[in-house]
Amino acid sequence: MNNRNHEPLFHISKRDALPWQKAWAIRGAAILAALVVCGVITMMTTGDNPISIYKTIFLGAFGSARKSWVTCQNISILLIISLALTPAFKMRFWNIGGEGQVLMGGLGAAACMICLGDKIPGPLLIALMVVSSLAAGAIWGLIPALFKAKWNTNETLATLMMNYIAIQLVAYYIIKWEVPKGSGKIGIINQSTNAGWLPQLFGMKYLLPIVVAAVVTVLIYIYLNYSKQGYEISVVGESENTARYVGIKVETVIIRTMLISGALCGLAGLLLVGGINHTITTTITDGQGFTAVMVSWMAKFNPFAMIFTSFLIILLSRGAGEISTAFGLNQSFADIITGIILFFIIGCEFFITYKISFRKKAGKEENV
Amino acid sequence: MKKIISLLLTLMLTASLCACGGGSDTPADSSSEENKAEAASTGAEGDADYSKVKIGFICLHDENSTYDLNFINGAKEACEKLGVDYVLKTNVPEGQECYETAADLADAGCTIVFADSFGHEDFMIEAAKEYPDVEFCHATGTKAHTEGLANFHNAFASIYEGRYLAGIAAGMKLNEMIEAGTIKEDEAKIGYVGAFTYAEVISGYTSFFLGARSVCPTATMDVTFTGSWYDETAEKEGANKLIDGGCKLISQHADSMGAPTACENAGIPNVSYNGSTESACPNTFIVSSRIDWAPYFEYIMTCQAAGEAIAADYTGDLSTGSVVLTDLGTAAAEGTAEAIETAKAELEAGTLHVFDTETFTVDGAKLDSYMADVDTDPNYEGDHEAIVDGYFAESAEGFRSAPYFNLNIDGITLLDQKF
Repeated sequence: MNNRNHEPLFHISKRDALPWQKAWAIRGAAILAALVVCGVITMMTTGDNPISIYKTIFLGAFGSARKSWVTCQNISILLIISLALTPAFKMRFWNIGGEGQVLMGGLGAAACMICLGDKIPGPLLIALMVVSSLAAGAIWGLIPALFKAKWNTNETLATLMMNYIAIQLVAYYIIKWEVPKGSGKIGIINQSTNAGWLPQLFGMKYLLPIVVAAVVTVLIYIYLNYSKQGYEISVVGESENTARYVGIKVETVIIRTMLISGALCGLAGLLLVGGINHTITTTITDGQGFTAVMVSWMAKFNPFAMIFTSFLIILLSRGAGEISTAFGLNQSFADIITGIILFFIIGCEFFITYKISFRKKAGKEENV
Repeated sequence: MKKIISLLLTLMLTASLCACGGGSDTPADSSSEENKAEAASTGAEGDADYSKVKIGFICLHDENSTYDLNFINGAKEACEKLGVDYVLKTNVPEGQECYETAADLADAGCTIVFADSFGHEDFMIEAAKEYPDVEFCHATGTKAHTEGLANFHNAFASIYEGRYLAGIAAGMKLNEMIEAGTIKEDEAKIGYVGAFTYAEVISGYTSFFLGARSVCPTATMDVTFTGSWYDETAEKEGANKLIDGGCKLISQHADSMGAPTACENAGIPNVSYNGSTESACPNTFIVSSRIDWAPYFEYIMTCQAAGEAIAADYTGDLSTGSVVLTDLGTAAAEGTAEAIETAKAELEAGTLHVFDTETFTVDGAKLDSYMADVDTDPNYEGDHEAIVDGYFAESAEGFRSAPYFNLNIDGITLLDQKF
């Protein structure tokens, strides 16, 4: 009472690094809290039992052998795109153009399949598809990188706008290649000959993207943590001036990293078009170029942690689809649930980095 | 102190959780009992043959799209009538996900799988190859008659007849405006917002125009395309462009509320598609034609229950109840209902043909012969003679169910052809 100066109710300060057990405890608590909030909202809006909603989410992703395979395949694609973006993010280069880079990769593959499908032997066609997909993705990453390196333009805007150019290009070629005329659809490419369809590994339809994702995960981990180039990326990310001071050519690193980033996105496009869908649409990436940003950040750029974060996102989205079928709810309800869970998971990072100190009551400081 | 508070909070949370759990148990139990009771009663009433039928529906969007809503309503109606179990999958894109969903439904015990969007076709064919014991049915597709799969089927309806009848309502409205003196005879221009320059759309607007011109001989029509089946902004802009260009009445073949809303705002009468838009556009809605899919769904389920084969191409028409018009809106002109009834009776009797070659010309000349591209192949070449007995045989027996009329007739101006 004697103290008339109001101390704020609470103030926020940066924490020292938390021990990892404590950080993971906070994350675990956040997921639990998210599930509780989702449960309450489910009950309030639908009267359905929240436990059965969670069960449905799980069954939607792993309810049958096929569902499990498709879940793993989707995780793989999202993981590859996330891994592709990671080197750029680690360099503090905000590549939000994954969407466009994947689409261009897909367009490269589709172009080969449509134009050369019945003209050259299968293995050569697939080799050409790989080259053109990676190159198309890399070029789409290279353009904003060149502008950034030479004129220090804003890469966030540049990569974002490249997405729209890619979408329009794909839309143009769809109308050029559409079957039948006027329908605005390409349909399955080479459905009768299967020319340019990526091979199935060991006769298993869904395995190829999974294997590719596993290989890319390990390679990116090694590249970022144990290679000279990976080290250069983190130095540039920490401080460009420091990097210059120690003799790193920042422009070269930017361009080289974006080439890798774009080419890996192109690889995802190749798998989507040549391995999975065998067609191309403007929505074939389904926003994963943006979702991958979240996957990469939530995993703190750790390739192995990304397996978990992409699993979480795919589990939620596949489960969400199942909810709308099983409970006759709108797709939007599933989006709400996903949104709540992600909000808690991302929000908890705040409590890991910062701590909140509440105002101490006057005279009782010693007791607390 | 802190510890006590946190302990209290934890306790409260646990208590609330228990409460949630407890509260949810009761309604869930009772509802499941109700379901069982319902299932038992339908099982007792329903025909025994239908018990082996289970049907899965794949929709491109959900109830918010007028196109998909029309399918969903038909599906529910048919399944409830026959007491058949169904599974509804919405928001399935036109890619590999369609195949996965179809295969999933087959895995889950569906004996019929139906998909509603044109782009689903190739992926349904893939699933049909893999599950020969399951029937795969697809609306608006073109490949069933050439694919040679016993378990893959296309379906459509002679919606051009419905469009023609809706066109009569439009023509009557134009006549009313001419008589009232609000427009001159040569100003009777109709505007049409189409999706793509695709046969289904061309057949639709041509039949609509022929219907209008059958009662209002001076009618002309402008058509614009949006390049999308569902793009509310583009459809609205398209309608506004047509209205600015002097169109006195608008119709559309695209799935959003864009064009009807633009008409309501501008006070321009509108003939709708897929279902009534009267609630949103009470002042300008005239009538809407739509395909009622319930008869087709009943047909395929009955075929399977009776062990009969499903036709590769099924074209529903006025007599099967597949082609229907909604009730007339307040904007409709007097005498419209009677004029439609007369034409409908003639169409059903076969004395009137929508694409009668006496009623239209192409490049100033009457059409005596036309090779239509009925088989989907990369050549885009005409492969069937479509002029039969003095009319263009659309969606006819021996051809295919999906429309293939793709001629530009005189009197219709295409403002753009980019799509």
